[in-house]
Parts: sequence; structure tokens; C-alpha cells
Amino acid sequence: MVDLIKRAKELLESSAVKVVIGYEQGTGNKTRALFVEKTEDADKLIFDSRCIQNLAAYVTKKEVKEKGKMAIAATLPVMRSIIQLASEFQVNDNNLLVLGITPESNLIEFANLVEVETFVHQYQIEIDARNKEMLDKLAKMTSAERWKFWVDELAPCFKCYACRAACPMCYCSRCTVDFNQPQWIPVPSTELGNLEWHIMRAMHLTGRCIDCDACYNACPLSIPINLLTKRMLVDAKEHFGNYQPSLKGDNLMSTYKPDDKENFIQ
Amino acid sequence: MAEFEPKIVAFVCNWCTYAGADLTGTSRIKYASNVRIIRFPCTGRIDYMLLLKAFDEGADGIIVSGCHPNDCHYTSGNFHARRRWIMFRSLCDFTGIDTERIKFSWVSAAEGAKWAEIVNTTVASIRELGPYTDYKKVAKYPEKEVIHG
Ligand code: SF4
Ligand code: SF4
Ligand code: FES
Repeated sequence: MVDLIKRAKELLESSAVKVVIGYEQGTGNKTRALFVEKTEDADKLIFDSRCIQNLAAYVTKKEVKEKGKMAIAATLPVMRSIIQLASEFQVNDNNLLVLGITPESNLIEFANLVEVETFVHQYQIEIDARNKEMLDKLAKMTSAERWKFWVDELAPCFKCYACRAACPMCYCSRCTVDFNQPQWIPVPSTELGNLEWHIMRAMHLTGRCIDCDACYNACPLSIPINLLTKRMLVDAKEHFGNYQPSLKGDNLMSTYKPDDKENFIQ
Repeated sequence: MAEFEPKIVAFVCNWCTYAGADLTGTSRIKYASNVRIIRFPCTGRIDYMLLLKAFDEGADGIIVSGCHPNDCHYTSGNFHARRRWIMFRSLCDFTGIDTERIKFSWVSAAEGAKWAEIVNTTVASIRELGPYTDYKKVAKYPEKEVIHG
């Protein structure tokens, strides 16, 4: 990504931004996040198909924000996250510049978040074929089979919270799992506690998750927790219409319509 | 063997259903005594985690009830709650939590008879479903019961 390196250097030299967040070569065949503050480090920036980590997770971090204005190399899921974060007042035009990377891998710079939003809204959030198949398979199971599926899948979770750390929407300074007064979720890994933790997680991300799969990719045990948020995405679409993160901030779960339809309240 | 008596926990708002349940009593309508009522300021305050905790503590069924749409004491608490219930219910369905065991209703302060009917039908249907053993097994409820005495 020569364009990206060039642009990063210009931005840092002119002091337009203080840090550029992008990817660099990590250990093994992995890539990792890079925070460029000195022009010479910009040469380390890379971009290829391995760059799937959601960098938007860093723009809410105090230690990154403190550096001054940030620029971020943002793929489509990252741009979606940024719009969602902006609607929740976590970032704005004064502290973030988006260096977009289009699905065709071209660099595109946005003057402001409104432009990012317009760009993002050209694309629908689509669940990939493999996961769609999995959702269909689960939908066909009986309730008891689904219960067994999830108890078994979630049992090995040892609450490392890598999924939470990887998610741009999980930026609360105090997460419900960390509460001990009251203790909503038991600290040790227990079958029920794990289920509660993931139900809570999925509920908190409903209407906010932009389906980047960073949580799943971060899980050392490859637990398919992203299926929970995906199912919420599908259902939300069905009940409340198409979902796109938007600067207007009308999050699905923070708004309502007086005529929202359901068929189970007596 | 004695017939199975389901434990039902009812999460209700103060302004409508709680008052409605009061009316059931003052109107001397008899209804099943299996229900433990927990009063909340508003349905908007009924956290879904509390429902999970009720099952965790051994409930076999749950009733969630509040003011009819447009009647919420705080204007929109029940509209927000309704959205949350819609999503929570589908998440329960997806994770295999028995949605038949969670009943949602609108019961106003004037609907004492409706409250009795909701409780009675819920108790009858949960009695048919039996104890929520699937959940209790995972919650390791039996050991806990001993501790709680
Ligand atoms: S929950 Fe997972 S898929 Fe959704 S935004 Fe967070 S990291 Fe991405
Ligand atoms: S990353 Fe995986 S193991 Fe760690 S808390 Fe999340 S689901 Fe559990
Ligand atoms: S006060 Fe009854 S639902 Fe809000």
C-alpha cells in the first residue's frame, strides 16, 4: 500500500494528525496493529487480505486518544464501526481522520464522517454463506438441541475476554462481567455463567454489532460466538427493518416505534 | 407423589400490573398462589439478566408484565421494554432457552381479573411442561437448594 504510506507520511509531517493506526507484519503469518507516530515508521505499514483485525477497537482507548488527532486505515467493517462509535459520541471529526480502504483495496480519503457514512451506506451488511448455513442448521434444530449445542459450545470458554477486547463496541470502562456488586456473571468458567456471559454480550451488542467477526477471530478456542450476534442482526432486520450504523444515532435498542409489532404479549 | 407445584416469578411494574394484582386481591378473586411478585418502577427497568437469574435460582416459569402501550407512567418505558423483549425472546429461542416459560403481558390497574387469568393460565401451562430441569441441571440448582435450606 504505497498510497497509504505516502499519505501517512504527509499527514504526520504536516502535523495534521499525531498518529496513524494501521497494520504491520506480526509474528508468523499474522499481521498486527501499528501506531505510526514518526514518519520513518510509516514504511512498516502494510495492507493485504490477512488484515482482518478491527482497528476501530483502538480509537476509543485513552492511551491512543491522548496522542492527539488520529488517522486510521479503515476497511469497510472498520468504517462501519467508526460510524457506530461516532453515533455514540466516541469519535468525531476533530479527533479522527478516516483513510478508507475500499473493498477493491483502493485508498480513499474522507473529508469528514458524513462522507464515510455515505460511502458505508452503499453496502449492505451481508452474512457470509458459511455462517448463513450454520444459522439455518440451528434454526432447524429443536429448542432442546439448540440448548445442548450452546451449552457444549460455550462450556470451554474460560473468560479470557479476548472477544470483548477485540470488539470496537465493547469500550465501556466497566463491563457488566466485571461487576461484583451485584455479581451478574460468576467469575469462574461455569456452564451457566458462560451462557449468561454470552447472552449478555449479544444483548449489549444488539443493534450495534456491525458483523466484523473480530470477536470470533480473537477467540483462542474459536467458539462461534459471532453466530449469536449474527442471529440478532438477522432478527433485528426482520422486526425493525434494515440496519445500518448511522450518524443520526437512532440505535435499534435506544429507539422504538409506538407500533412495533410482536405476537407474544398477552 | 404430590403434584408438581411450579415456582413462578412475576416481574411487574408498579403503576399498572402491580396495582392490577392488588385489585385482584381486593376484588377477592382467587388465583394460583405459585407466583412471587417482584415490583419494579417500570417495565423499562426489568433487566433481562434478572429473568435469567430467576431461572438460575430455580424458577420454572416467569411472567413479565406492565402498563399497556401508551399507558406507561414514564411515557415510553414499555415501548423500550417491548423492543428489548422482542430481541431477548429471539435470543432465548436461539440459545434454546424455553420461551414457553416466559410470558409477557400488559395488565392495567383496572384489570384485576386479567391478572388472575394470566397467572392461572401460566401456572397451568408450566405445570404441564414440568420443572425446568434442563436449566436447573446446568445451573447446578439442586446443590444450591441444599445451601439455601
Ligand atoms: S460483536 Fe464481534 S462481529 Fe460484532 S462488532 Fe463486535 S467484534 Fe465485530
Ligand atoms: S475469546 Fe473465546 S474463550 Fe475468551 S472470553 Fe471470548 S468466547 Fe470465551
Ligand atoms: S410504568 Fe408501567 S410500564 Fe412503565
